Amino acid sequence: MAMPAARKMTSLESIYLVELFKGLALTMGHVVKNLFDQNRFVTIEYPDVRKTMAERYRGAHRLLLRPDGKVKCVACMCCPTICPAKCITIIAGEAPDDPAEKFPVEFDIDMLRCIFCGFCVEACPKDAIRMDTRIYEVNAYTRQALIHNKTYMVNLMDGIKPPAEEFYRLNPESAPAGFVSSPSASGAP
Amino acid sequence: MSFDDLVSWLGDGAIPYYLALAKCVFAVLFVMQLVPVLIWAERKGAAYIQDRPGPNRAHIMGIRAGGLVHTLNDVVKLVMKEDIIPGHVEKRYWAAAPVIAMSVALMTWIVVPFGDNFLGYQLKVSDIDGGLLFVLAGTSIGVYGVMLAGWASNNKFSLLGGLRASAQMVSYELSMGLSAVVVFLMAGSVSLSNIAEMQAGAIWNWTVFTPVGLLAFVLFWTAAFAETNRTPFDLPEGEAELVGGYHTEYSSLRFALFFMGEYANMIVAASVTATLFFGGYNVPFVTPDMLREHSDGVLIAAGAAIPLLVVFAVVAWKRRERPFYQALPAGDARLKEPMFFVAVWLGAAGACAALAVAGLLGVSQQLSLNTLTFGWLENATVFGPDLVAAVVGITVLIAKVLFGCWFFIWVRWTVPRFRYDQLMDLGWKRMLPLALANVLAAGIWVALFPNGLLETLGLK
Repeated sequence: MAMPAARKMTSLESIYLVELFKGLALTMGHVVKNLFDQNRFVTIEYPDVRKTMAERYRGAHRLLLRPDGKVKCVACMCCPTICPAKCITIIAGEAPDDPAEKFPVEFDIDMLRCIFCGFCVEACPKDAIRMDTRIYEVNAYTRQALIHNKTYMVNLMDGIKPPAEEFYRLNPESAPAGFVSSPSASGAP
Repeated sequence: MSFDDLVSWLGDGAIPYYLALAKCVFAVLFVMQLVPVLIWAERKGAAYIQDRPGPNRAHIMGIRAGGLVHTLNDVVKLVMKEDIIPGHVEKRYWAAAPVIAMSVALMTWIVVPFGDNFLGYQLKVSDIDGGLLFVLAGTSIGVYGVMLAGWASNNKFSLLGGLRASAQMVSYELSMGLSAVVVFLMAGSVSLSNIAEMQAGAIWNWTVFTPVGLLAFVLFWTAAFAETNRTPFDLPEGEAELVGGYHTEYSSLRFALFFMGEYANMIVAASVTATLFFGGYNVPFVTPDMLREHSDGVLIAAGAAIPLLVVFAVVAWKRRERPFYQALPAGDARLKEPMFFVAVWLGAAGACAALAVAGLLGVSQQLSLNTLTFGWLENATVFGPDLVAAVVGITVLIAKVLFGCWFFIWVRWTVPRFRYDQLMDLGWKRMLPLALANVLAAGIWVALFPNGLLETLGLK
């Protein structure tokens, strides 16, 4: 690609000083504005102040419950089928009170593989899985702690629940198989 | 020697020695204490120019002091870090380079006067006849630090950085020296004290308010950017091309010496410029003698700062309503911060009030060693008025120097770096001829108006 010919500087521009002061006035304007209004900053003081994500932001998944307290999911296998990352593992079982219905004995999502495409939400015929928690901090010290299981996802509500690792440490009976609380996790900030 | 002789020697007789010690301590502290402030100003200024809040994480007991604590953090970090000496360097020269860079920067400050005469003693560390020539010589030696660092690092990038630095400093030194010649011609002296004295009184006595002085200032100031290796002339460290330039191989305290040396150079350049072109320690329209005569009035005038400080305290109190403090969990140490700032500003206001009260009582006109020892040293020389004049001079010089340093920072975050050929083009083809012509013009100017323009035209 041919470069366009450089524009020749006017004599005023070639003294530099006038243009320099134009630039200086611009930057000083920012300084003065920021000094008098500290809410103009584009950055967020992250761990202390958090951004509110949009309503439709796809965060960590949660599982919804019926009014009677049972999981809405009927283990139809639509979501693991459509999942492009193959991160959903469902083990189906017969519902104890109604043998005609299925329910997920286990429902695990491997968050290390999940690509947050939202296809599982779209595919679900029962509105049993949603990604409306707006949680974007999915992190842990061990791989096991990043497997979100049924108990965790049922308890996950709009950003107020602890990270999976802490949840599993506090509720060891619901932790996934092989979960070991990492020594560094307890002392983590 | 009788006891009374000893007492009087410890009192007035020893004033020159006290003063000499105080001047040396002040000269070192002036540069060394401004460096952390400048590093903070650089970070905070850069942040505010780019619409960021800047450094604000480090804190002592919850007091973040607007990011000043980060500078303390840096010092601890740089001191504690491992001092790595790469195997391939030329050790002796490599170790000498940062020492040269830093000590030269500290050394050049000794000829800058920071106040009018104090009891007849000049307020500068050394009264060298050479004056500004010493500064120019000192900054030239500063090139050796950079050049040695580049050469002894035995690394192609460092060598390129060192070469660029020396070439740039040598080219711009010419324009710098020639611009200083203009001031020499106008003052008839190379001593910075005489140059500062010449500019006392009305603001149009400042060198910068003459046509030749203005051009000399622009050239001198531009050359100062090149001499201190600041943007837009910071090619020696051009990180995109040269990794870190001449200080690539340095770590820990050796790097800190280079880093501090850069800022110390800025301070020296700003103080020399302030002295040459902006009246140095002089307050516009106020001569040092007026300050001495009305020293109590000066103290009372300090009381005028009280409303401003109270406003600052109110603003600090209002900070609690910012979203940041609202979002902090209860018991967070940083919640105490607004209170701390309120205390600081109210304390400053109290200090100003104390000064004003002292002025109303007329303390400064009688202040002597006799006052300080509660009447033990009788017939001691009164130094109160001189002390007030000196403190005002130091304050004014610091204000001018800080503005100069802020200008360095301001330009750094505004202007992009020059290309090497553009740099040489500007230095040799534009600034040097201009500086030469300016010296000629200054000669004519001084010949036409030997006592200044206004006086020759009969306007004064």
